[in-house]
Amino acid sequence: MAELFSLQQIVNGLQLGSIYALIALGYTMVYGIVRLINFAHGDFYMIGAYAAYAAFFLFNAYIAPGNVLVFIVLIVAMLVGAAVAMLSNKFAYKPLRYKPKLSSLVTAIGVSMFIEYFFSAFPPIGPSPRGFPEVLPKVMWTMGSAQVSNYVVIDLVVAAALMTGLTLLVQKSPLGRAMRAVSQDKDAAKLMGINVEGIISFTFLIGGAFAGAAGLLAGLTYPRIMPYMGILPGLKAFIAAVLGGIGNIPGAMLGAYIMGIAETTANAYNSLLGEGIAFVILILVLLVRPTGILGEKTADKI
Amino acid sequence: MGTIKLPRLLIAALIFYVVVTILSLDQVHILNGYFMVIINRSLIFVILAASLNLINGITGQFSLGHMGFAAVGAYVSGTITTLVLKLPAPQPGFWITGPIFIFMIAIVIGGIAAGLVGFLIGFPSLRLKGDYLAIMTLGFGEIIRTILNNIDYVGGPRGLLGIPKFSTFTTITLFTFLIIVLLRNLVQSSHGRAMLSIRENELASELCGIDTTRYKVMGFVIGAFCAGVAGGLLAHLLQLAHPTQYGFLPSALVLIMVYAGGMGSMTGSIFAAFSLTFLTEGLRVAFDNIPSFRIGTMDVRIGTEWVMVIYAILLILIMLFRTEGIMGMREAKLLIIEEKKKK
Amino acid sequence: MSALLSIQGMSHYFGGLKAVSDFTFDVPEGVIYGLIGPNGSGKTTTFNLISGLYTPTTGKIFFQGKEITGHRPFRIVQGGIARTFQNLRIFGNLSVIDNIRVARHYTVKSGLFTSLLRLPSFLQEEADVREDAMQLIRMFHLEDRAHDQAKNLPYGALRRLEIARALATKPKLVLLDEPAAGMNPKETDDLMGLIRRVRDEFKVTVFLIEHHMKLVMNVCERVKVIDFGETIAEGDPKVVGKDPKVLEAYLGKRGAEC
Repeated sequence: MAELFSLQQIVNGLQLGSIYALIALGYTMVYGIVRLINFAHGDFYMIGAYAAYAAFFLFNAYIAPGNVLVFIVLIVAMLVGAAVAMLSNKFAYKPLRYKPKLSSLVTAIGVSMFIEYFFSAFPPIGPSPRGFPEVLPKVMWTMGSAQVSNYVVIDLVVAAALMTGLTLLVQKSPLGRAMRAVSQDKDAAKLMGINVEGIISFTFLIGGAFAGAAGLLAGLTYPRIMPYMGILPGLKAFIAAVLGGIGNIPGAMLGAYIMGIAETTANAYNSLLGEGIAFVILILVLLVRPTGILGEKTADKI
Repeated sequence: MGTIKLPRLLIAALIFYVVVTILSLDQVHILNGYFMVIINRSLIFVILAASLNLINGITGQFSLGHMGFAAVGAYVSGTITTLVLKLPAPQPGFWITGPIFIFMIAIVIGGIAAGLVGFLIGFPSLRLKGDYLAIMTLGFGEIIRTILNNIDYVGGPRGLLGIPKFSTFTTITLFTFLIIVLLRNLVQSSHGRAMLSIRENELASELCGIDTTRYKVMGFVIGAFCAGVAGGLLAHLLQLAHPTQYGFLPSALVLIMVYAGGMGSMTGSIFAAFSLTFLTEGLRVAFDNIPSFRIGTMDVRIGTEWVMVIYAILLILIMLFRTEGIMGMREAKLLIIEEKKKK
Repeated sequence: MSALLSIQGMSHYFGGLKAVSDFTFDVPEGVIYGLIGPNGSGKTTTFNLISGLYTPTTGKIFFQGKEITGHRPFRIVQGGIARTFQNLRIFGNLSVIDNIRVARHYTVKSGLFTSLLRLPSFLQEEADVREDAMQLIRMFHLEDRAHDQAKNLPYGALRRLEIARALATKPKLVLLDEPAAGMNPKETDDLMGLIRRVRDEFKVTVFLIEHHMKLVMNVCERVKVIDFGETIAEGDPKVVGKDPKVLEAYLGKRGAEC
């Protein structure tokens, strides 16, 4: 039995937090820009895991397991995640953009149901869990009281690289400025000549790609994938985004790592508590600080 | 003075009850046991859909974990009848005997427990504006499964088994009728109008002196209570309660019923609950009879799994092309209480 | 004249932006009080502060001598301050009579169980509320449309419905947010008569914001002119209307339109 806040739990927590962070970013960006909780976002992550799985068997014949293969599989997972996210936006969310918000929320549920049921009904995939292949031989090191594998390094490095790239994109590039403008005020952005629908589509693309990457990392780290694997991590990542301040990009990262460490720590104590800690956090946030850690109070337009 | 039109609905319910009972008699045998299970299940889904409609359609909130409350009702009432009181299976018959009366109390207690849980998760989320209820109920619907899986007393992952079959056509019809009347009376009262006004415009509602938090929570708790009753009835119909029966996906089926029937229309929910339950069974039978075929080297079998894929597409199509569902916000005459006209 | 509503040193900031700056004024009981100023001068923010949608950054609001700063909006309505909105906020899918009955709800005594069981006391009260609502509906000439969905009403009727709905909460003070917005001159004239009738028949105090000068100068008995969150002039409309500062800040730009 590990003690609370052991080094090992923190390492495990950072690993889980990296995966949550990549999912949470997509949630929070889409929410920030179109005020929609995209319930299907967890399923993009699941699709990413399956895409990585398929890519492994496609490329394994030519490339031996190792860092190069991981990189190729990662790119495939991100591309597939991005494509699915953009398609859902185009066919399910875009037509409802100016309808009551509830319609988009219900549609998001429909998209989520469709993906989950389709994957479990589609014979080549099926409902049963599959083992995820070893895309890379596992190496373990001992660091003080903790066991650290090269998987941990990959999880942290991939997440850090993507998040750095995103931060630079949003803060420094003209595209990022346009994204921030659209999230502030769609109508004003349109008047400034910004292609609002293009920006929204791009946001879904980034979110989907990040979720796809998270899918690969999850497959690698917890090597079991199935069609319903996206529901709970998606939910927890969303809660992480709420904890950090919904719509706030650094907030989503911060919330995700807090969530990851809280979950692994609680899990070491009691598995039921590990499962439930996310909801305890959600209730506490809603009661104590609904705007989240880094969120600001926004004035409702009246 | 006009008369209160309450009896009309009662008469309709009685006609339904008598006709189905006669058709199911052994001597007539038009509705066999299989059909009766589907009818009973439809009635239970009527409760679930109509009560979710109170939350999502009337009060304008967005709950995603309705089956989670059904789970609370199922396990609480099942625990009372099966584990605590160890009631024997009832004798077949029309009359309400002692054990059946206790069963009905257990069902109501299950409903109250679900309502209490509803308050605990509804209050923190409904206090705020936004979609927090959706995330909270979705989380609750999933977490309840984990909790049930971990409580050995109620069977853990095996589920609560050996529940006596107290849910008969009679008891189910009775509960369904009472809940429909309750929901109808609620919606067509001053309290119901307060809830409707929140759906229409929350800010204006608050500025008409309505304590919006209170009415959102009230609608949610009443909805959760009804779901708890439905869950108890379902457990005593299927004679088991199992963690996998509740969760996000079963809840989504109820959601489809509400939006297919028409957000805000009790009539639509009732109609959709019946037709979708029957359609689901019909499609199951139909898909099971599709022979398997080969594509290349792969043996393809189109099985019942595809029913839910179709429903998911149906939900998306409704939202894209007919957001108001079948009924819109209209109600059947039977469910409208005519107001007293002034002489 | 005693002050029904008293505002003391009220300021409000959005981030660093000063929307309302150190307002101090009294609305005496029984008058028709007008607050005028160009767009963005803080008029609607003032109403949002009084009706509890925002909490003032500094300062206090008193109503009938009691402090109401920071109370939740529905409590303030129940305390006797009703309001309308510049961009209408009607319950579109409810009938006209139901729009009004919602506003009467908080005075209803029948509890949840009495209502669910439809006990005689509940039925009696429903009938009373209905009769009350019909009276208001007749007064605002909406009786032909009483059972129509409100969203199908023409614009002028919706404006009247909103005022009727505000009055159904049995207020002592009614805040009217640009009641003449979008109205033609004939409708505006009718509205002026209506506002006077409302004050006289319902014994309420009316506090309105407008930038329609003619309406304000004709109907208001006391006005306050603001610009950029600051008070420029206050007092009798005839005097204020000649104040050079007002002419410069406000009428100078807009006077020609009226």
